[in-house]
Amino acid sequence: MATYLARRLGQALFILLGITLVTYLLLFLLPADPVRQIAGRSATPEVVESIRRQLGLDLPLWQQYLRYLGRLLTGDLGRSYAQKTEVTTLILSRLPATLQLMAGAIAVELLIGLPLGVLAAAKRGRPVDRALMVASLTAVSAPQFVVGILLLYVFAVQLGWFPIGGYGSFSHLVLPALTLGLLGGGWYARMTRSAMLDVLRQDYITTARAKGAGSARILLVHAFRNAALPIIAMIGLDIGIFMSGAVVVESVFGWPGIGQLVWQAIQLVDIPVIVGVTAVAACFIVLGNLMADIAAPFVDPRIKRR
Amino acid sequence: MLRRLLRDPVTLFGLAVILATVLAALLAPQLAPYSPDEQFFDGLSLEGAPLPPSERFWLGTDLLGRDLLSRLIWGSRTSLLIGVVANGFAVLLGTLLGVAAGYARGWLGAVIMRFTDLMMAFPALLLAIALAAIFRPSLWIVALVIAMVNWVQIARIVYTETSSLVEREFIEASRAIGAGPLRILLSHVLPHLVPTMLVWGTLGIATTVLLEATLSFLGVGVRPPTPSWGNIIFENQTWLTTAPWLVVFPGAAILLLALAFNLVGDALRDALDPTQRGRD
Repeated sequence: MATYLARRLGQALFILLGITLVTYLLLFLLPADPVRQIAGRSATPEVVESIRRQLGLDLPLWQQYLRYLGRLLTGDLGRSYAQKTEVTTLILSRLPATLQLMAGAIAVELLIGLPLGVLAAAKRGRPVDRALMVASLTAVSAPQFVVGILLLYVFAVQLGWFPIGGYGSFSHLVLPALTLGLLGGGWYARMTRSAMLDVLRQDYITTARAKGAGSARILLVHAFRNAALPIIAMIGLDIGIFMSGAVVVESVFGWPGIGQLVWQAIQLVDIPVIVGVTAVAACFIVLGNLMADIAAPFVDPRIKRR
Repeated sequence: MLRRLLRDPVTLFGLAVILATVLAALLAPQLAPYSPDEQFFDGLSLEGAPLPPSERFWLGTDLLGRDLLSRLIWGSRTSLLIGVVANGFAVLLGTLLGVAAGYARGWLGAVIMRFTDLMMAFPALLLAIALAAIFRPSLWIVALVIAMVNWVQIARIVYTETSSLVEREFIEASRAIGAGPLRILLSHVLPHLVPTMLVWGTLGIATTVLLEATLSFLGVGVRPPTPSWGNIIFENQTWLTTAPWLVVFPGAAILLLALAFNLVGDALRDALDPTQRGRD
């Protein structure tokens, strides 16, 4: 168990290091000239040269990378071209809103996915099951910005049940969380169904049935616990979907999280902010994967023995 | 197998949607009632607002008084082109790297697979946004960016399959009779990968269509005036609360095409995977 965790931790650290390499590449090697972007078009050669020296762009590449790494270790993600602020400050001020949105989305995807998956498994092969599986694929195929705009239009503009965008109370959270969670809800319904079908095929279910347990009891008590726990333990893996989805959902609903930060940075071609959020999101994904890896053997002790 | 696919009404629906979109893209100049770029001066209301669907403009007009139906028909070219090109490139790259890693193993395999681990850690959309913001986007850059993000999953699946294939006896046997690595790859490994590539190639088009629409909606995808289903919604954002048809129709087009590829890909997977047959 300890070696399993140590190996996972080592892999995570390795990937974190790799992330810094990629973001370094995106920040300093690919853009035409970061100096020009900071100094503007009309800057004199002396100004350009001094900024170049300030950024350390006159050093050999490997030294530049090490300096970049050193800055990252102190939590310095660079400065925004457009907002003249530290990227780290910007991200930290936006993070709570995004985390709140994600928590809402997790609740939505579990509330949609688990019950529908169980229902589909119980009615396996029947029209209900077929309809649910097509519905879940539809949820997976729906572009989030369209879902968001339509929910906003129907429930906020037309019916006035929820506020038109913004942040603060629970009612602000409902529509964005629904939009972000719908996609995952579709996947969870499909995963829950196939996990339930796998469990229902096992001998102990037959035993329970032979002992006279009712079909509802078998489904909910005997099968659901074994099918659903491994799925819930994998929630950490959703963070990638959420981080991508947050950009879309937050820009549609004006939700002041890191996704909206990226959307605003796109308009200003503010590459340090975009890359900074990408790096932070990647770290969250690594963390989420690590959480899923740690949770797995607790939920399914068979993994421990492997 | 084909008959099994065609007997299922849901799969048939998916195939019909794909066929209709392909026809719309190929025959756009003939099918579209108007030019997608023509700004009609009777295409806006007196207050300058887009017009709702009518007999003259079947799906209404957009913020510049252009015919929405014609823009949607021409937009299908963008979606399909990027869907097929970007995803084709992703499948090619993913298969190449996956096979290389699975066949060579050793340090080369390890390097390739650690690299895919790394790429998996990046959220696809954010990485695509960063790349698209750095290279000024055009249709081909968008396709390239999507391919650079989407090859990863295919590489992992192909790697897993290849590394289990090369342990099988028939590969060992052909190695024993003196077949070179190229021959083994081409005549023994690749044919076994075709179903996987077919399934993931189809499912990948759905992902690609959605990613292109999302990038275009965020303004880092295909740039107007070239119509794309995503940038139609992007362009008309200010009118969304008063002219819902400008979201509903392009949105429905994106959803239907992505759903169609997902349905067909799903059906292909069930049909091609022998372990799944007869289950559920």
